[in-house]
Amino acid sequence: MEIDREDGRSQNQLRPLACSRNILHRAHGSASWSQGDTKVLAAVYGPKAGTKKNENPEKACIEVIWKPKTGQIGKLEKEYEMILKRTLQSICILTVNPNTTTSVMIQVVNDDGALLPSAINAACMALVDAGIPMRHLAVSICCCVARSGLVILDPTKLEEQKMKAFAYLVFPNSVHSVLPEGSPSVQGEPIENGIITSVTHGTMSVDDYFYCLERGRAASTKLSDFLRRNLQQQSTNSSKAG
Amino acid sequence: MGLPNASGDLSTEVEVDAFRRLFPLRFFEKHLLESIRPDARPLGRARDTTIALGAVASANGSALAKIGSTTMLAAIKMEVMTPSMETPDEGCIAIDFHMPPICSPIVRPGRPAEAAPVVAKQLSDTILSSGMINLKELSLVSGKAAWMAYLDIYCLDADGALFDAALLAAVAAFSHLEIPVVSLNDDGKIVLSEGQGLSDREPVNKEKRKVNLGSIPFSLTCILHKNHILADPTSEEESIMETFVTVVLDSSSQLVSLYKPGGPVLAYTSAIQDCIALTRQRVKELRKILEEAISGMEVD
Repeated sequence: MEIDREDGRSQNQLRPLACSRNILHRAHGSASWSQGDTKVLAAVYGPKAGTKKNENPEKACIEVIWKPKTGQIGKLEKEYEMILKRTLQSICILTVNPNTTTSVMIQVVNDDGALLPSAINAACMALVDAGIPMRHLAVSICCCVARSGLVILDPTKLEEQKMKAFAYLVFPNSVHSVLPEGSPSVQGEPIENGIITSVTHGTMSVDDYFYCLERGRAASTKLSDFLRRNLQQQSTNSSKAG
Repeated sequence: MGLPNASGDLSTEVEVDAFRRLFPLRFFEKHLLESIRPDARPLGRARDTTIALGAVASANGSALAKIGSTTMLAAIKMEVMTPSMETPDEGCIAIDFHMPPICSPIVRPGRPAEAAPVVAKQLSDTILSSGMINLKELSLVSGKAAWMAYLDIYCLDADGALFDAALLAAVAAFSHLEIPVVSLNDDGKIVLSEGQGLSDREPVNKEKRKVNLGSIPFSLTCILHKNHILADPTSEEESIMETFVTVVLDSSSQLVSLYKPGGPVLAYTSAIQDCIALTRQRVKELRKILEEAISGMEVD
């Protein structure tokens, strides 16, 4: 069974990825991330002294400010802010800089589907750029379930609207281990199979969801390779320049 | 850091309440090792749940749902509106979730709670994508008039699992909803025809009617902590262990939402399967509770 996609991609094919870091001068860390026509800018300021009210002062606090392309922020943006905040909290080591606040600004430049996954990837790269201590990276992907039960990856906005359901999934990046025993595993599963964040829209069967997970994990290894290559490239570039 | 050892020694000496406040995580973990929770529940059991239909007399449909001490009041007000150009034969549902300062010590007057818009968004996503309400059924005259259902949910007591209680209250309010009788007046406008005074005009819909509910969504929130899965957390548990998974299943066991917003614990396939299995059980319980509430209303 095949599914025809408007831009001629195969069902597992992602749109062209592009990522560049250190693009803003005033921010402590910044990154732009684009997947096809979806483009997101992320800027990190911090760690700044003090935490906000109702936050634990024994840990570092992360605040996320979401700026949509146009208009005011609404409930959707508030939800994205909360998801992004909790996702970033889970990958950062919060005990290194207690009683500080790190602000992550997300500016949507263009939305053509898979917006939240792009923002998570962008925020993650911006945090690396700012030198915030992190356990691992987060790799985010959007999977769409068609009515026939087929799963397509990285949908455009049009595909997101047409499909029966879609899931935004976030996984840890695959570990590049120098130890012979390979990547660490928990309960017989490698650590990169663990779900950091899962958000679904629309109804699907439970089996469809697990199929999504499987496809998402396969794609996330490709994505984390891309992230790793990108980080290595730019770090060698900057060391030459310095 | 001498704290973990210190707490281990202290646990035999200090009072239970003091230990609970000083080392909340240790306190819970000691319980979890015995597969029990401080409120005497096993890990997988939800708190007692009750539904009271028709709690607000002035609304067209309302319900009060309680899960443990988490209390949600949902009310639906129907209004006639002109449908949008894109969907001329569909009604509309507007969902809002309020957390007044009465519900929790964290919510301060004047400053809206951070959680409220997120729960509101989750609720409207879930209710609209589950297909529980057929929006075409809310149409009156195609392109001219349709029903707008304003669903407002007030959190009266926030003691954990807010989304579960809010969704239950919303679903119960819809099952209690009666669409009022309306008729066309001489100017071609829709008016509510209450009483017998307007009986000469032909009503658009003949009598008060219930809305047909499709597959009803029910949800269960679980906390993941190490290898333990705690169903239906209280707010104390939520503040100590920070990884939540909310699973929404409808009555035909389709997955409406699987929501895990970050959190320090990673969810592996087996944990997700366990959460879904717990939710399946909970859906059965909740369906029974809802059916009993509805049949109780019919007797009255």
